[in-house]
Amino acid sequence: MAARKKILQIKNLKQYFNIGKPDEVKAVDDVSFDIYEGETFGLVGESGSGKTTVGRSVIHLYNPTAGEILFNDRDIRKLKSTKEQLQFRREMQMIFQDPYASLNPRMKVKDIIAEGIDIHHLAKSSADRDAQVAHLLEVVGLNADHSTRYPYEFSGGQRQRIGIARALAVQPKFIIADEPISALDVSIQAQVVNLLQDLQEQHNLTYLFIAHDLSMVKYISDRIGVIHYGRLMEIATSDEIYANPLHPYTESLLSAVPVPDPQYERNRKPIPYDAAAHEGDDKKRQLVEIVPGHFVRASEDELPAYREKAEQYRAQLS
Amino acid sequence: MDNILEVKDLKINFGTFAGDVQAVRGVSFNLRKGETLAIVGETGSGKSVTTKAIMGLLDSNAKIASGSIMFAGEDLLKANAHEMAAINGNNIAEIIQDPMTSLDPTMTIGKQVSEPLRIHKSMSKEKAIARTKEVLALVGIQNAEARMKDYPHQFSGGQRQRIVIAMALVNYPKILIADEPTTALDVTIQAQILDLMTELQQKIDTSIIFITHDLGVVAGMADRVAVMYAGKIIEVGTVDEIFYDPKHPYTWGLINSMPTLDTKAKRLYAIPGTPPDLLDPPKGDAFAPRNEYALKIDTEMAPPFFPITATHSAATWLLHPDAPQVTPPPEIVRRQEVYQEMVDKGLDQPNNPEVKLNTPATD
Repeated sequence: MAARKKILQIKNLKQYFNIGKPDEVKAVDDVSFDIYEGETFGLVGESGSGKTTVGRSVIHLYNPTAGEILFNDRDIRKLKSTKEQLQFRREMQMIFQDPYASLNPRMKVKDIIAEGIDIHHLAKSSADRDAQVAHLLEVVGLNADHSTRYPYEFSGGQRQRIGIARALAVQPKFIIADEPISALDVSIQAQVVNLLQDLQEQHNLTYLFIAHDLSMVKYISDRIGVIHYGRLMEIATSDEIYANPLHPYTESLLSAVPVPDPQYERNRKPIPYDAAAHEGDDKKRQLVEIVPGHFVRASEDELPAYREKAEQYRAQLS
Repeated sequence: MDNILEVKDLKINFGTFAGDVQAVRGVSFNLRKGETLAIVGETGSGKSVTTKAIMGLLDSNAKIASGSIMFAGEDLLKANAHEMAAINGNNIAEIIQDPMTSLDPTMTIGKQVSEPLRIHKSMSKEKAIARTKEVLALVGIQNAEARMKDYPHQFSGGQRQRIVIAMALVNYPKILIADEPTTALDVTIQAQILDLMTELQQKIDTSIIFITHDLGVVAGMADRVAVMYAGKIIEVGTVDEIFYDPKHPYTWGLINSMPTLDTKAKRLYAIPGTPPDLLDPPKGDAFAPRNEYALKIDTEMAPPFFPITATHSAATWLLHPDAPQVTPPPEIVRRQEVYQEMVDKGLDQPNNPEVKLNTPATD
């Protein structure tokens, strides 16, 4: 694990809005995490937790209030020349949540997909451009004949595939997928998730997968970060965070997930989370590694309890 | 148990420039007193159109080709607008999906929630306010009396959804239609709202029609489940029968394509293809083109309902005595084994022990 390259490092990211005004919002408050090349990092949280803001800061749609975002070891805020910025935009792409709002209804599918190709001058001729578009459509499971159609002619799942093709057109290394499947039907969700995984394997892509659907995030992610009120509560591998959750907020979130199993549902006991009890005092809290790779937000005096909890999980296993 | 609502052979077409879209193609089901019936299916399967027909809220281009919806000895499809207005919000109420857009931003919460009381029960202002306060407290709005003077923007999403529920419940309706009532909410809030609905159901003995595509929510809420595909119910049964012993390949696919927190498989199972075009529905079983278990007859003739138990039936030719034996996907086999164990231990169907035969009409 140690030898793996960190493609993205977020250090003490703060993203505040309306600074200095009465309605100041600390959307992201001192968040730090790394993403390794080739992995899928899932960011889960409720609405208003700041998960989308993290994604938007990472792709530099916002200027961070404080902190550093290093992409391939370079601070994205210090990309001065147009060339550097273009390079960054090419390497990092985004797939959006709403496939109805994120495609321009007046553009043909081929122009939507080729917009990035045009900006980055990736096509040698118009024939080459068409060929690239046809190839991309095929990659995402659509028909090459679809290139001259308009978005309204497609279903939600097909539109999301067009959005994925558009992101892939500039051969990115890193893709931010912000709730890419929550607008889709269950049977179509599985198709899109499988496609994302196939593409990751074929192109060695790294994903930041932002979602609130815990079972899907658990399934697709290698590691998961749980975010609440702009702060990361816990980071671990997806199996670890599900089997051995340490932070009470994570436990509460997991206990609320509906499971398609009536017997389980009848016996489900939701665990409430009281933010005031855990964050109400003024103690300094930060992410601490309790067991290798498993971080939890804690103050100094909370650490022994978390260590003991982790110990108990280990004991149950053996 | 008594049926409170009986839907028979409902067929609804929508007139469009391209022709008639056959959105609902012969749907029959009964709703019993006090039960929760979940209707699941993809976008366009006709689940919302069916409930809109019950509420008499179909768009003007909808044509009801056949069928009846019997409520309290009356066919709702024959009721005029005046009669429907007396039923809606009084006997039948709906919880609307999107709490952000379904409240009037210019009206105080107290006024909005008490509106049905003033209209249907001609209640005096004082009485209406008292009842509104009671219902708001019931759905967990703290400090209800003071907050009745607040406007929707002063509430969070979860609170607004509670208010929408309060509005639907204020007249103690006999039937509550909940169309994706929690889809816009976070899981923790969702859990609270669902618990609340169950609690209220027991208190006022309402029957609920619950529409959703979230099978996890269905497993927790429903007594019975009807699965819809391409404008038809293709399988109906108790919640245990549908989740542990489903018979229709489409139900298999739906259950199989949802990852649970335990899913370890390298790839998710995905139902191939897309739903059929209901402008020109296929001749046989509408699911046949996407169905790896499809038989030759599926492309020629729509299957009738085959009863499996007194409460469970499914429309698939696989249940015909002459059909070949097929093995369902591993996940379904696993569920069947779990179910067998539950039946052996007597743990099945604690929700509704006395449920009786409800075989939908065949066509």
